[in-house]
Formats: sequence, structure tokens, C-alpha cells
Amino acid sequence: MNIEVWVTIAASAVGAATPLMFAALGELVTERAGVLNLGVEGMMLVGAMSGFAVGVASGSLLLGYLAAAGAGVLIALLFAVLTLSLQANQVATGLALTLFGVGFSAFAGRGFVGIPIQRLPPLRVPLLTELPVIGPLLFHYDPLVYLSIALCALIAWTLRRTRVGLRLRAVGEAPAIAYALGEPATRIRYLAVLFGGAMSGIAGAYLSTSLTPMWVEGMTAGRGWIALALVVFGTWKPWRVLGGAYLFGTVTVLQLYAQGLGVHVPSEFLSMLPYAATIVVLVVICRDPKTILLNQPAWLGRSFHPGY
Amino acid sequence: MLPFDRGPWPLRLERRSKPSAAMRMASSPLAALAMLATGLLVFGILGKDPAAAFKVFFIEPVSSIYGVGELLLKATPLMLCALGLAVCYRANVWNIGAEGQLTVGAISGGGIGLFYGAALGSWAPPVMLAAGVLGGMAWAAIPALLRSRFHTSEIFVSLMLVYIGQLLLSYLVHGPWRDPAGQNFPQSQPLVDSALLPPLLDGARVNAGFIIALVLAAVSWWFGTATAAGYRMRVGGLAPAAASYAGISERLNIWLALMISGGAAGLAGVCEVAGPIGMLQPVVSPGYGFAAIIVAFLGRLHPLGVVLASLLMSALYLGGESAQMELQLPASVSGLFQGALLFFLLAAELFIGYRLRRVRSSSP
Repeated sequence: MNIEVWVTIAASAVGAATPLMFAALGELVTERAGVLNLGVEGMMLVGAMSGFAVGVASGSLLLGYLAAAGAGVLIALLFAVLTLSLQANQVATGLALTLFGVGFSAFAGRGFVGIPIQRLPPLRVPLLTELPVIGPLLFHYDPLVYLSIALCALIAWTLRRTRVGLRLRAVGEAPAIAYALGEPATRIRYLAVLFGGAMSGIAGAYLSTSLTPMWVEGMTAGRGWIALALVVFGTWKPWRVLGGAYLFGTVTVLQLYAQGLGVHVPSEFLSMLPYAATIVVLVVICRDPKTILLNQPAWLGRSFHPGY
Repeated sequence: MLPFDRGPWPLRLERRSKPSAAMRMASSPLAALAMLATGLLVFGILGKDPAAAFKVFFIEPVSSIYGVGELLLKATPLMLCALGLAVCYRANVWNIGAEGQLTVGAISGGGIGLFYGAALGSWAPPVMLAAGVLGGMAWAAIPALLRSRFHTSEIFVSLMLVYIGQLLLSYLVHGPWRDPAGQNFPQSQPLVDSALLPPLLDGARVNAGFIIALVLAAVSWWFGTATAAGYRMRVGGLAPAAASYAGISERLNIWLALMISGGAAGLAGVCEVAGPIGMLQPVVSPGYGFAAIIVAFLGRLHPLGVVLASLLMSALYLGGESAQMELQLPASVSGLFQGALLFFLLAAELFIGYRLRRVRSSSP
């Protein structure tokens, strides 16, 4: 086994982790505002479809990503109106969002199946990219990979160190108190849900225009759910979510390379790995109820309606 | 902050002093009508004559004995899965992996049929059904164990197990259970005739599974209204704190809810294999387990409602197929309608607790 293979594996793990990071970081912000949006899978699919469609039609991936974020915001708005304004059950509405996103993206994207798209080119840093090992490992990704890491840092800093973050967390922990102190609790929750939608849309578009540059019905294959699980795994902390995403990226990629590495297990069992790993890490994190109790936003998944 | 609270709207949304019983009955039909209107609109946008499309979608598929049989045939797995899910959701246990439990039920029941079908003779169908139920239960036991023992969300675990179950089935029909005479198709040998469920009508494919589903609907009604366990599960769902104060075991409720819904979904899976499919193949369900979530809500988590809602959902599947063949509409139009239906339903439920009131001045 030579080092180049391991570098290739590590580099593709980073790619596989990137959509998970966008989706999970968006959902993290939503959940820190106390809203549980189980529609990540649906929002990702709608983002993947619209990002791909606009990317192909306009020839510009930037427009594609903007469209994906916009589509994610629109469909998240549907969720927000139902749960935050109309007080619908968050779990049921999130499931509805996923089922709707699966159906809608398959329907609206039917004309784009089998069309190729030019994937996002990697950034090249003069000299550094040419370095052996370090070059392909650190300086040979597309801009979205770096953006996802920057986003993680930004969210971590915002939540911890800024007034915006404090207000968001207050609404997630105790919306009634935040409201009594003059915070527009419902508006903050709206914005958090829409942010989550935009990030899920981008995550989907990354999948369909960069990771596997094509559009296929249901192509997220449970990644939205894995992203949701990552938020729990990361105990609602951005840097831990990042770590979890890279862990899952590695698991996903290892199963692809396992055959080549001389592991003779039927491919179906290898494909089960990311899903089985999700269950295992959730059990590890949730085993002690105190871990969840101490980290989960206190009002997560519960509705809040001032004045009634 | 509700919409229409301010601004120049002549209508205000206000909370009812008590939930409206009439709206409780009307919300599902209203949602179905809203979905129908959306459907006609979509047909119009796609350049089809809405009236003709309506006829192709909803009337033509059921205008023959065969068509009615198909309606009942497709309603069977939806009804079975949704009856179990309704019990589950009433207990506030969120099993969303019925699709996986259905798949494993198809594997276990279908496996018995494949290997012992001939030996069992006329006993084959009941033994297979029992194996299907046990398979579904076993798959649902994983989220039950992890939730009750390790506090792990059954939502994630049951959903992840959908993918794992489907991959397991794929492995079996590509590998050890593949029919050597099947010209390399990834499918098992066909089941022997004695292992298939008997058909109900001449000239239609609907089979005894539909009767089983109806019987289970009645049983589930009885379980929900007349048994202590059903009562304890509802209390546990509505008021967990009160339930635990009254000594109702949360752990037992979780197990019961997941065993009932897993078993029912497993039964749906084996009914598909021993019914219309007649063998094991990589995909045994076009998403019945997920559509059943919509059916359960559309039926307001009540057995009678679930029976009606599963017929409607089955009509959607049939209409989608018919529209695909006759109008060249994409098959995915059914999925779009299913998702929209659940949204309309959630919105319609608002009017159980709230009502619109006309106001004269624009600000209070």
C-alpha cells in the first residue's frame, strides 16, 4: 500500500464530507433556534435538482448554487409557515417536506436525467498545489470545500461570541423568556429555518454538480438524514459536526476503496456501512441521557406562539 | 405571530375556544380536494386538458373489475403499514422506517416460501405470513431496543434501517438467492403456486391480503378503544408526564408501538411477495412504507380513516400509472401529489384549533 492511495482516499473523503457539512451546519443553526426540521433530505434533493438544472441551462455553476440556495429557502419557507405561524407539528411537517421534496425534485428534474455537467474546477495555489502529498491533500479542492470550513468557523464564532448568536440561542432555549425580553422570537426562528434551507440547497447542489456531476432521482440516498444525525452526534457544536462529517466522509469513501484494498465482502454490505455507522454513533452519543440533556436546545421541536 | 394578524386583510385568524369537531372530520376531505385542485392545475400547466386528465387519472383505472381489483391490491400494503403506524404515532413513537420493515418482512416471509413452500403445501401461506410479521418485528426491535435502552431517536434508527434492509434484499437476490435459471436477472425463483395468497375475485389480482388488512383494521379499532394497553399507549402519547405519574411504562409503550407497526409492515411485505410479485426481486415496494406515513395522517390516525385514506392513496398510484401510459405524464407526478397532500392536510388541521373571522377595521 503506497502513500498516494491513502492521499487519494483522504482527499475524496473531504469531498464526500462537504455536502454533509453544509446540510448539517444549516440544520445546526435551525435547531439552535429550537426548530427541528426533518426535511433536510427533501431540501437537499430540491437543491440538487434546481442547482443542476440552472447550472446546465445557464452554463454558470455560480447561478446554479444561487438557485439551489434560493430553492432551499423557498421550500424551507413552506415548513416555517406551517410550523412557526400555523403551529403544525414539526416532526410531521418535516417528514412532509422530505416526501414532497422527493416527489417534486423527481417531477421537476425529469428533463435533466442523463445530461452531463462540467464540475467545479479545483482551486490551484501556485507552488503549493504541486507539492507532493500536502498539495493534493490540502490545496487541491474546489472553492466550496474551503467555504464549508470557513462557514463552520463563522457559525461557531457567531453562536459563541456575537449578540446575534446569543439571541438565536436564547430563542432556542427559552422562547417565552426571550420574547418577554423583547426578542422577535418567531422572526428569529423563521430566519434560522430559512438559513437551514439555503444550506441544504447548497449541499444538494454540491452533490449534483461536483461530487457526482449528474442529476438522478433520489440521489441524496439518505445523506440528509445522516446530516441530521450528525447534528446530534456533534452535540449541536459546529466544530464537532465538522469532525463528524469528515468521519462519515471517510466511512463513505472507504467502502468504495475497500474492494481495491483487498477486502472481499459483497458490495451491498460495504454500502450499508454509512447507515450502520450512523446508528452506532447515535447510540454512543445518546447512551448517556445527560449528554443530550446538557447540549440539546431546551425548546427543540416544540412550538412557541406568543400571545395565546 | 400568525399570518393575517396585521395588515389590510379583512380576515383574522383567531383561536377557537375549543377544537372544532366538524373541522376534525372535514380536514382530510378538504386536503384531498385541495390536492385535486392542485393536480388539475398541474395538468393544465403541462398542457393537458384537465377534465380529460382527471378522467384518465381517477375514473379509467377503476372502470373495470380488474381495475377495482388493482385499487384494492395496492391499498392492501398501504393499509397494513398505515394501521401500524397510526397506533405508533398515537403513542408518540415516530417509526418512519415502515419501508424497511416491509422489506425485511418480504425477505423472511418470501425466504420461507422459497425454501419450504413446496414442503409446507397448503400450510405455506399462513407460515409465510407469520414469518413476514416476525421479520418486520425483528427489524423494528432494533429501534425499540436502542430507544428504550440507549435513548436513541427511533426516527433516525428506523430510517437508516430502511437503507440497510433494502441493501440486504439486494444482496440476497444478486447473490445466494438468485435463480440460477433466471438468465442472470437479479431475482429469486418464482414461488410455487401453493405458496401464493388465493385471489378474491375472478379476473382481478386482489388477494386474501386485503381481507387480512380489513380484519386488522377492526382489531386495531378494538385495541385502541376497548383495551387497557391501547388506552395506556394513547395516554403515553398525549401526556407523557401524566402517563409516567400514573405508572404507565414508557418502555413498554415504545416496544408495543414498534412491534405492532413493524409486524404490520412486515405483513405488508410478505403479502406483496406472496401476491402480485410472486418472487423476490431487488425492489419489492414503490415506497409504500413512506406513503403509509401520509395515509396514517390522512386517516387522522383512526382505523376507519386509514382504510379510506389507503384507498385514496392507492387511487393516486393507479392514476399515476394510467397518466404515464395515456398522457405521457411523468410517473413522478404521483410522488408530487403525495407530498402536496400531506402539506394540505397539515394546513387544514390548523382550522381545527383556529378559525377565520371577518373584521371591519384593519387594526385593533
